[in-house]
Amino acid sequence: MSHAAPVAESEYDYTVVRRFAIMAVVWGVVGMAVGVWIAAQLAFPALNFDLPWTHFGRLRPLHTNAVIFAFGGCALFATSYYVVQRTCHTRLALPWLASFTFWGWQLVIVLAAITLPLGMTSSKEYAELEWPIDLLIAAVWVSYAIVFFATIAKRKTEHIYVANWFYGAFIIAVALLHIVNSAAIPVTLTKSYSAYAGAVDAMVQWWYGHNAVGFFLTAGFLGMMYYFVPVQAGRPVYSYRLSIVHFWALISVYMWAGVHHLHYTALPDWTQSVGMVFSLVLLAPSWGGMINGIMTLSGVWHKLRTDPILRFMIVALSFYGMSTFEGPMMAIKTVNALSHYTDWTVGHVHSGALGWVAMISFGALYVLLPRVLGLQQMYSIKLINAHFWLATIGTILYIAAMWVAGIQQGLMWRAVNPDGTLTYSFVEALAANWPYYVMRMTGGLIYLTGMLLMAFNTWKTIQLAGQKSTATQAQYA
Amino acid sequence: MTTFWSFWVIAIVTINLVGCAWLIWWTAKPIDNEPASGESMGHAFDGIEEYNNPMPRWWLGLFWGTLVFSVIYLIMYPGYGNWKGLLGWTQVGQWEAEVKATEERIAPIFAKYAAMPVEAVAQDAEAREIGKRLFLNNCAVCHGSNAHGARGFPNLTDSDWLYGGTPEAIKETITNGRVAAMPAWGAVLGEDGVNEVAHYVKSLSVAQIKADKPELVAAGEAKFQQNCVMCHGADAKGNFAFGAPNLADEIWLYGGDIPTIKETLNGGRQGVMPAQKNLLSPEKIHLLTAYVYGLSHSK
Repeated sequence: MSHAAPVAESEYDYTVVRRFAIMAVVWGVVGMAVGVWIAAQLAFPALNFDLPWTHFGRLRPLHTNAVIFAFGGCALFATSYYVVQRTCHTRLALPWLASFTFWGWQLVIVLAAITLPLGMTSSKEYAELEWPIDLLIAAVWVSYAIVFFATIAKRKTEHIYVANWFYGAFIIAVALLHIVNSAAIPVTLTKSYSAYAGAVDAMVQWWYGHNAVGFFLTAGFLGMMYYFVPVQAGRPVYSYRLSIVHFWALISVYMWAGVHHLHYTALPDWTQSVGMVFSLVLLAPSWGGMINGIMTLSGVWHKLRTDPILRFMIVALSFYGMSTFEGPMMAIKTVNALSHYTDWTVGHVHSGALGWVAMISFGALYVLLPRVLGLQQMYSIKLINAHFWLATIGTILYIAAMWVAGIQQGLMWRAVNPDGTLTYSFVEALAANWPYYVMRMTGGLIYLTGMLLMAFNTWKTIQLAGQKSTATQAQYA
Repeated sequence: MTTFWSFWVIAIVTINLVGCAWLIWWTAKPIDNEPASGESMGHAFDGIEEYNNPMPRWWLGLFWGTLVFSVIYLIMYPGYGNWKGLLGWTQVGQWEAEVKATEERIAPIFAKYAAMPVEAVAQDAEAREIGKRLFLNNCAVCHGSNAHGARGFPNLTDSDWLYGGTPEAIKETITNGRVAAMPAWGAVLGEDGVNEVAHYVKSLSVAQIKADKPELVAAGEAKFQQNCVMCHGADAKGNFAFGAPNLADEIWLYGGDIPTIKETLNGGRQGVMPAQKNLLSPEKIHLLTAYVYGLSHSK
């Protein structure tokens, strides 16, 4: 089957795609390095250097913002701008506005990297940035929506390809989530107070927080998956029907699930029950994407033996399936009573983040980068293979450590003596977790090593592209 | 929840659950003129085609299963607006029942010790174990897991007491808490005065100071007799009634070097031991008292 586009390559605008793709690699290195640093701080607290700017409490939001919005965000911008053109058989609309989204987004990231270590925070998880930056994000995001949907509007195809439904849902939902949750009353340029109070504020925050997972980290990356898996496998998408059904079910049901972050709190009982049942209903719609991705490989399973890029994608889909099974289970109140507030949650997030989000991005970027640089493939396939194994081993080490640590924590916190006193003090449970914190740090370090290989590989690929264009120019001279 | 909101919640929950059920029921049926199963849908996007494969049966079963579970769960538990659920379960009710059951189970253990005098409880090995666990989970945050205290938080293992070390005094401290107030003397004494008093106070435990700086210490003593003896006493050995520390020993709550003593004099100190009576039952406080008493009376 041929991958040749029905439109000439020169018809597509890759400028902004190229920039976002390269910055995704750069921010990936930065965000993951900060992650390893704070993981090391948990095992060896002296590594916070007793400075306010390098304290865990300030670096942790820097890590989450850098990996989700800088690395993940740039990967989504790059792939969506690439995919929307190619599957609509048309050139990107409004390139100047697309360029604004690039520079605007980089400015948001730089401002985050400055303000978070300085301690400026709205204190809302995954929405820590203060109001002036929130306004900038809103402006960039609305511009993103305009570019994306304007490109869809001038498509040359009759239908809209499924990848674009997911990207479109991600763009619309993130705009809605960000604007509602960030509503605040400014006090000074760097301080504001949430527009909501008490349990309502908590509910709005976790409606945002879990849908950031659902739409930013799931719907967006499913869009990526629906283009790059069939392209790399060279196979048609397994089931058109399944893609429609799981799309509509996923986007309607996700909106309810955030409540499971607030089980056994001041939230009313009815809210918790509804949040729990919809989190369970979410299992099948989530798995629809995994099934469709994995089954697309029917007939070409042998390619996994030779193609590390396809392996990245399949392992990503496997971790996606595992995380979206684990999530609904952890949303069951009985399970949640044990898992809540423990490192199990941290492990769950990372099986999604390292295993699914980052691995599908690696796979997609390894396909996309050479193509937007005018090459056939990356500088080194062997390095991609090494990256694959480092990423897989790192992820497994990380999540296994956090499973053990989390369940151990939950059990130790709940253990009660016959006299009704707690068997273990908090510090005893913390001390028991130390070996697993070291193991988690090791897993993270291995994962970061893989990311550094990717950065090196990208650097060499850009050099190759530079040499090639010089050679081409020389030829015509 | 008002009736309006109750209907609203019921409506949107039902619409979403029924909507999911309708979606998988309707799309599982064949459509007229659709491509045969396993054939391409006939459109291509950048070379990508889509097969018309049916949705896996097991997957549809899973989806139906979660929908059925949801309906049953929302009949049994609160969730459909103001519907309370057939089981009558509430979060508060579950908590109260668990607390009640635990209280009933442990009451005999604590009743046994509550009937014994503190001194006797302090000698009981099992009671000390329970007391230690209560201490670790309620007191160790400030006083440390070994009860040696920290800056501003007294060491409970020595025989130096701020409010007294008798069982009655310890129990009063734990039950109702203590609020200490060392007033700020900076404005009254002035910079030189603070320096003089600091040297006098230090000389009470380090005699060498008096030999080195006799004038400073003498001036400080005069000011001390004027201003400080009300609480700390003429001999500077403190007073349990105010929680005023003994200044003549080498045990310091905030630090005994001259700059720290001057800081204490200049700005004053506000020490707070929070009352535990709303957190712990009298029986638990009795055991805790015995544990703390035992820390300095173990032999």
